[in-house]
Amino acid sequence: MAAWRPAFIRSAPLRIAVVAICALWSIPTIGLLVTSVRNPADISTSGWWEALLNPFEQGQWTLGNYQAVIASEGFITAFINSLVVTIPSTVIPITIAAFAAYAFAWINFPLRGLLFAVVVGLLVVPLQMAFIPVLRLFGQVGLNGTFLGIWLAHTAFGLPLAIFLLYNFISQLPRDLFESAAIDGASHFQVFIRLVLPLSVPAIGAFAIFQFLWVWNDLLVALVFLGTGEDQRVLPSALNVLIGNRGGQWHLLTAGAFLTMVVPLAVFLLLQRAFVRGILAGSVK
Amino acid sequence: MAIESRDNTEIDLVRRLAPPLAAVVGLVVVAIGVMILADRSAATNLLASIYEALGNGQGAIDLRNGVGDQLLAKLVLGVVAVFVGVAGIWMLYIGVSSIVGLLSPKWQARILPWVFVVPAIALLTVFLIYPTIGTIITSFTAQTNGDPLAHYKALNSPAYLSLLQNNVIWLVVGTGGSVLLGLLIAGLVDRVRREALAKTFIFLPLAISFIGASVIWRFMYEWKPDGQPQIGLVNAVWTALGGEPIRWVQTQPINTYALILIFVWLQTGFAMVVLSAAIKGVSVEVIEAARLDGASERQIFMWVIVPIIKGSIITVATTIAIVVLKIFDIIYVMTGGRNGTDVLANRMFVEFYEFFNDGRAAALATVLFIAVLPVMFINVRNLRRQGIGS
Repeated sequence: MAAWRPAFIRSAPLRIAVVAICALWSIPTIGLLVTSVRNPADISTSGWWEALLNPFEQGQWTLGNYQAVIASEGFITAFINSLVVTIPSTVIPITIAAFAAYAFAWINFPLRGLLFAVVVGLLVVPLQMAFIPVLRLFGQVGLNGTFLGIWLAHTAFGLPLAIFLLYNFISQLPRDLFESAAIDGASHFQVFIRLVLPLSVPAIGAFAIFQFLWVWNDLLVALVFLGTGEDQRVLPSALNVLIGNRGGQWHLLTAGAFLTMVVPLAVFLLLQRAFVRGILAGSVK
Repeated sequence: MAIESRDNTEIDLVRRLAPPLAAVVGLVVVAIGVMILADRSAATNLLASIYEALGNGQGAIDLRNGVGDQLLAKLVLGVVAVFVGVAGIWMLYIGVSSIVGLLSPKWQARILPWVFVVPAIALLTVFLIYPTIGTIITSFTAQTNGDPLAHYKALNSPAYLSLLQNNVIWLVVGTGGSVLLGLLIAGLVDRVRREALAKTFIFLPLAISFIGASVIWRFMYEWKPDGQPQIGLVNAVWTALGGEPIRWVQTQPINTYALILIFVWLQTGFAMVVLSAAIKGVSVEVIEAARLDGASERQIFMWVIVPIIKGSIITVATTIAIVVLKIFDIIYVMTGGRNGTDVLANRMFVEFYEFFNDGRAAALATVLFIAVLPVMFINVRNLRRQGIGS
């Protein structure tokens, strides 16, 4: 690698190209952020980039857009709902998948190969296939529009990937580890708790980030299983309603959109390495 | 350890009794939890009963009347959910597997694996396997007017054919665009300092939801009549170059490509991260050899590196293709499928929620399912090649 790099490091056109691409990729997000803190009157009369030309001009910056969105568009409720939906929907599948992945990797039992093949097959099944029958089922047992319903749905939809990722990791743990544990008389359960779980933290973390972002950013499953009632909206649903009601009011839309992005962006910036690991590992979903 | 516990019968008794107890407690916790949670007003009821227990009668009445600490109620519900979901499940696993531990070794070996996998298999069966079969059946039976193939025959009409055509455009341009740009950028950033920083800019959009990205790009594409200041960047640049402002989201056929651009903006980072990792895996010797043969850097990239990382490119393309096929949010939010931008997933949602045509929606979902079947087969076949799924 080192051998084929030096010729390029001082290549100015290459560096300019990379800087240009990075700028191009960031401009849309910067535009949103800048607009969300501008005065509503300015937004509709001049481009956001013009505000950046005179950043110190008095009175053009405001946090009022955020106050307006929070005060009247239900974003606080939506934020709490998003937390209430996302955290159990991330933690529960990890627990269930870890047990299953360990059994698939290290315990012999009939139908193991077949069942695991089914799990892998389910990785790419479109969620659209699940909606109609599951909604009917939920209707019969009264789970439509409940948090329990969406936790179960997200848990089940996340399971194939969770089992697959954790299996890939757990099955690569050294065999000696399990053999010496067996000689010491440890049960499968003890091996799982004391050896497998602690050693699998990187894989669990990678899946956790992946699932967290997936659930937090999800609109479709929330629309289908939670509905659009004011009390039940998660952040993407709230943003969707905002777009419907206030289509042209950019000061509200940009502030609302940024509020939905704050948590994922924070997760991304704080846990970038684990995030990348999750992305690399999750490349089958 | 075995000798020790035989010496101490009291501890042995505790050890024998604790697991079944944990199992029972786990079961009860999960059952009560599910009963509390399986209700639309679970949050308010829960906090209201806590308030009553604490003697705060007014707070409880307020809550039940839909005012008061609604947000707090939701947070309490979330905490209870995590507790029930995690503590309950763990107690169940611990309890049941310890009960199994009381059986003879032979039966232990038979039953324990099932304790570990049954919860997962049960959820997958209820939420994915059974519904898949149910959806396929629905597509042949609901609102068909006696012809089981009615919904599939209906797909052969101009409206649906243009929709399928859009899906193909998305598949080709969306997947191709993301992979090619990802490959190009991965190749470029591999040769500059501060590579990690440069990559951060490209894959930051991956953390942004489709709907968040849609708002970002609605603003980018914003249209104002000619003569007025353009506040959308795309039209500002376009008019500065001398063009007439264009309604990018409404004008056919350019609007589909404008929507695909949003997707490419989001997904290029994914392709870049995976392909960049693959490029770093190419051995220096191979590249050196090509360089000694007089190949230019561009030739090396095209004819040496790309063929070597072909496998990764295919994996990335497949992954993105599956996401593209199911694309919903961007169309739903940007156009609602109007102006000739409709796709399968959006249409399925509309048939289901607006026209209450379960049969048609199920048929559209089944078409999506058939489209991903090849990938499903390849995944399972690869698994068998590794000797696992046999």
